[in-house]
Amino acid sequence: MLDDFLVRAALASVGTALAASVLGCFVVWRRLAYFGDATAHASILGVALALAFNLSVTLGVGAVALVVALTIHRLDDRRQSSDAILGVLAHGALALGLVAVALLSGARIDLESYLFGDVLFVSARDVGVIWAGAGAVLAVLWWHWSPLLIATLNPDLASASGVDPRREKLVLTLLLAAVVAVAIKVVGALLITALLVIPAAGARHLARSPEGMALIAAGIGIASAGLGIGGSLALDTPTGPTIVCAAVALFALATLVPRVVLR
Amino acid sequence: MTLLSGADLAVRLNGNDILRDVSLSIAAGEIVTLVGPNGSGKSTLLRTLIGALTPSRGRVTRARDLRIGYVPQKLAIDATLPLTVRRFLDLPRPAAKAEAQAAMTRCGVAHLAKRQMADLSGGQFQRAMLARAILNRPQVLILDEPTQGLDQPGAAQFYQLIEQVRQDLGCGVLMVSHELHVVMSASDRVICLNGHICCEGTPEVVSAAPAYRELFGTGTGGALALYRHDHDHHHHHHHEAAQ
Repeated sequence: MLDDFLVRAALASVGTALAASVLGCFVVWRRLAYFGDATAHASILGVALALAFNLSVTLGVGAVALVVALTIHRLDDRRQSSDAILGVLAHGALALGLVAVALLSGARIDLESYLFGDVLFVSARDVGVIWAGAGAVLAVLWWHWSPLLIATLNPDLASASGVDPRREKLVLTLLLAAVVAVAIKVVGALLITALLVIPAAGARHLARSPEGMALIAAGIGIASAGLGIGGSLALDTPTGPTIVCAAVALFALATLVPRVVLR
Repeated sequence: MTLLSGADLAVRLNGNDILRDVSLSIAAGEIVTLVGPNGSGKSTLLRTLIGALTPSRGRVTRARDLRIGYVPQKLAIDATLPLTVRRFLDLPRPAAKAEAQAAMTRCGVAHLAKRQMADLSGGQFQRAMLARAILNRPQVLILDEPTQGLDQPGAAQFYQLIEQVRQDLGCGVLMVSHELHVVMSASDRVICLNGHICCEGTPEVVSAAPAYRELFGTGTGGALALYRHDHDHHHHHHHEAAQ
């Protein structure tokens, strides 16, 4: 079954979309979109390092994403993380990564596939790595759901209930790095944040509870993955951007339709 | 019995000394109110006592397995987070149905159980927070300016509710308040804070203390500080009030 490139692409996209859209709810609730951007953009540097040292790309991306995410996490603790600093990090890391790719690997890689993803070319092994990563992210989210939620609501409220808000924030930081590592082959560094934010934002208007929002976001994420792959085959367009376009279309539908119906 | 105490606390935040030499304790059944000007470290002290901040010196001591109910100063729920009042009560642990119902009824928010937190009025929101805080039958209830943003009748009702909860649960209450007239009538003890403890004691003692009157008596023409004690005995502060 995994011999079919379409099946592999579908599995990889669905696994990524599932983890990203559920984690994305926290990204939206805590307004971490820019944080996600900075981490994702920096992952290009991870690609460069992985290629230079002959490591797995997922490993390189995961490691760099982790370092960047932890750096931002620490800056945030000292209340120094303004929009401006995140902006510097996000774009600085991307530029540094692009330069590093050129310097370290010459012209022998197809940069575009790491910027925008290339899910039609994932291997069976890639699919395994993606599902292992996505499964781990979902498992941690399941396990930490309540503490994460109360820490998101108010850190002091969490402290008073015996939940360490700094630990929960660290958990989110690690999960974000994991999702970036998982998603880079599917949607690429530039569009990972889209996969985090758009399904969750679309789910907001349909949900009445945090869990409901996560489930609906997951549904939108999976549907986007399916529609995106189908669309990219039919229209002969790049798959990653087409998945994101499908997510945007579903977002628009989910935002506008309830308003029209409820009116 | 002392439930929660801080001994010789000092707190530094971002290189600034916020608190120094603060010692206090809360016993079961008493209402202790913290007063002090803006920036005097009231919230910092509460946050230290609940464990959100680590003191740079001194230590916080809690009774074994102490249950704390906490109502923070401000809870800005992001508009993107859907959360009903009932679901809010389930954080961080699911509440038993009957207990949640009882807590909501006691705080007058039972009819709002299915409402979104973001849609509540200021008073309803504070009541929902109190309902959540009393769910685990706390031994100490800590409230940080719980009536901020409420009108006077709303604030008065809220303080009555706290008094009721104190009677029913027998818990100690520690709260920050700016409403000095309420403080003076509703507290067993008042602690006047300005980086350190300026004075403390019963409302009568504190309101007569020079340190307290220095903080609250000037600038307001004495009107705030004199509310309670201008009629209790023959201070010579009438001319001060007129200054």
